[in-house]
Amino acid sequence: MMKKILAKSYLGFVLVLLYAPIVFIAIYSFTTAKSMGNWTGFTFDLYKSLFTGGAAEVVGGSSPEKVGSLVTALENTLLIALIASAFSVMLGTLAAIGIYNMKTRQKAAVQFMNNIPMLNPDIITGVSLFLLFVFLHISKGYVTVILSHITFCTPYVVLNVLPKLSQMNPNIYEAALDLGATPSQALRKVMIPQLWPGMLSGFILSFTMSLDDFAVTYFTAGSSGLDTLSTYIYADARKGGLTPELRPMMTIIFLLILVVLLLVNYRTFKKTKTANS
Amino acid sequence: MKVDPKDVIIDIQHISKSFGDKTVLNDINLYIKKGEFITLLGPSGCGKTTMLRMIAGFTPVDEGTILLEGKDISQVPPHKRPLNTVFQKYALFPHLDVYDNVAFGLKLKKTPKEEIDQRVRKVLKLVSMSDYEDRDVSSLSGGQQQRIAIARALVNQPKVLLLDEPLSALDLKMRKDMQIELKEMHEKLGITFIYVTHDQEEALTLSDTIVVMNEGKIQQIGTPTDIYNEPVNSFVADFIGESNIVNGTMICDRKVRFIGHEFDCVDEGFGENVPVDVVVRPEDIYIMNNLEAAQFTGKVTTCIFKGVHYEMTVVTNEGYEVMIQDYNAFEVGSEVGMLIKPSDIQVMKKERTCNTFEGEMTAEDAVEFLGVEFDCLPQEGLEKGDKVKVEVAFDKVDLMDNLDEGVTEGDVDFLLYKGNHWHLTIKTEYGFNVYVDTNDVWDKNDIVGIRIDKEDIKITKISE
Repeated sequence: MMKKILAKSYLGFVLVLLYAPIVFIAIYSFTTAKSMGNWTGFTFDLYKSLFTGGAAEVVGGSSPEKVGSLVTALENTLLIALIASAFSVMLGTLAAIGIYNMKTRQKAAVQFMNNIPMLNPDIITGVSLFLLFVFLHISKGYVTVILSHITFCTPYVVLNVLPKLSQMNPNIYEAALDLGATPSQALRKVMIPQLWPGMLSGFILSFTMSLDDFAVTYFTAGSSGLDTLSTYIYADARKGGLTPELRPMMTIIFLLILVVLLLVNYRTFKKTKTANS
Repeated sequence: MKVDPKDVIIDIQHISKSFGDKTVLNDINLYIKKGEFITLLGPSGCGKTTMLRMIAGFTPVDEGTILLEGKDISQVPPHKRPLNTVFQKYALFPHLDVYDNVAFGLKLKKTPKEEIDQRVRKVLKLVSMSDYEDRDVSSLSGGQQQRIAIARALVNQPKVLLLDEPLSALDLKMRKDMQIELKEMHEKLGITFIYVTHDQEEALTLSDTIVVMNEGKIQQIGTPTDIYNEPVNSFVADFIGESNIVNGTMICDRKVRFIGHEFDCVDEGFGENVPVDVVVRPEDIYIMNNLEAAQFTGKVTTCIFKGVHYEMTVVTNEGYEVMIQDYNAFEVGSEVGMLIKPSDIQVMKKERTCNTFEGEMTAEDAVEFLGVEFDCLPQEGLEKGDKVKVEVAFDKVDLMDNLDEGVTEGDVDFLLYKGNHWHLTIKTEYGFNVYVDTNDVWDKNDIVGIRIDKEDIKITKISE
């Protein structure tokens, strides 16, 4: 009995530690105090300020310019993540198909090379890409950031799609050709539907990787003035104090991700249930 | 045999194929008649599946041409060939239901919807799967999935249907039922079927023509009866059905000597005193208690009931073991007499009577062949670097358990019991074949050391 209580309270303790910072931010998104820890009364003012771009002049809110650049940073982040993960899924899926059809030794070599960028510290990826762009005289900005994000996301897509390929019946592609499909029709009508779950999880993984990347973005955005959430917050924190509107933004992002996660889990739960019945 | 070219649907000319340095098909020539049920039969690795994949277009051809109704299709991609394949593991599309799987080919060809509907219904009825249109393919049993795979191929009305071991994943009972249904379908549709299998019984049951293959070469082409009754070599005789295969000597036309006795036979044209292989099917040996009227006598050592007949092993007085199938049982240990009718004796030319290798002298008393150096007796008149022909009798090759004792090593690739000894084919580490007669018992894929005494290596110079 004692053991049970101990085990449960340990679990509770770990969960509290994990979620305390987020809960803390969520609570303080409902008060306008400049620094966290001061409770100046419950209010939706920060949310108002965030959604009106600072125009709703609330007490303790930031200037319209500051809120504006925060929102722009969020937009940049989402756009970069979306484009980068879409391209990564395309590149990674095709690469996975190619790797799958290689001879055993070649395959092992390429898979090994595919794993290196994932284990490589971000800072090294960032610096080396930075040097590469300087060497190639590509001016830094949107393009370089997106290219860099595609670079470090693609290996994750490969990693997610490969197992789907090995689960597939090896004759399926040939069967499609046999029935008169051109190679590209066979890819679209037979291969992609089979690989879809792997591609989707590759996309989600790439999206989140891109979303919270700081080191690579910091080096490849250079002094172009392009800010994503992470670089914005970094700069903001160095200038003294975080923009209070960050708190409602974080809360909203967290809730959105929670909803997506619940939906995905619910779907897999339903699927296993129908498969078992 | 001349055939009207109009009756030939597929003509395979001088096809060869290698993967890396392994030759899978070696100069294959074969024509397939319109409407025929032809089976490519052979052990795994004999090249039968590669040949089917070449006809389908999945494996490119190294050398040679494949003609379909007189037109060369060797370079045509698979999706443009009017052939359809049924795969070993069905290869149905799991994301589509039964109807969409079957309609896949027709939809690609932009067939009108009503026609698709009509043809899918018809073909599903043909394979007795009419009520399954909306089912998920993963919810079907193996046999049902294979029916859908057949329907998916047939709905396109192919000129030739290719079947790659389609029944091998099914259990025995289901396999037998499907065999009958396939045969009926073939008769009903009149489409040419090319069937690949390693199951000789399946091949005998289904086919109009059987092509027996081994090691990338066609061994024999013929009707099931021809192949069974008149195998051309010991491989075919051993692979198809049960058989007694022994060494013999053709004394003269219509007279052959084997297992220590002389027999009348019906074969001619081998010459006099020529070594041959003799095949007698176990059901073709008459066994009786009457010893006087028998051609040869022996003692029963085993007797097993096989359902319809008894299978007995008899050791003859001369020490040969023969297998006999008869409806009557003879007690183990009893003396029996045996008779063989002349027409039941199948005489085959020997493919070889001793091992022959090409070699090169490396010293006066050493010669290199099989990729390694062997000691030999000092050879007069031969110098280092001379190209020579090396001959070694089958029974002079020693096989060792201990690999270190051998000069080279290899694995047992093929075994044949010849009545009183085993005839083995050993594949050596450098890819040569060595044929060995031995009394020791080895298993397939055993790894053995190979040694040859220097007295047993016969060397002759190749004149240039």
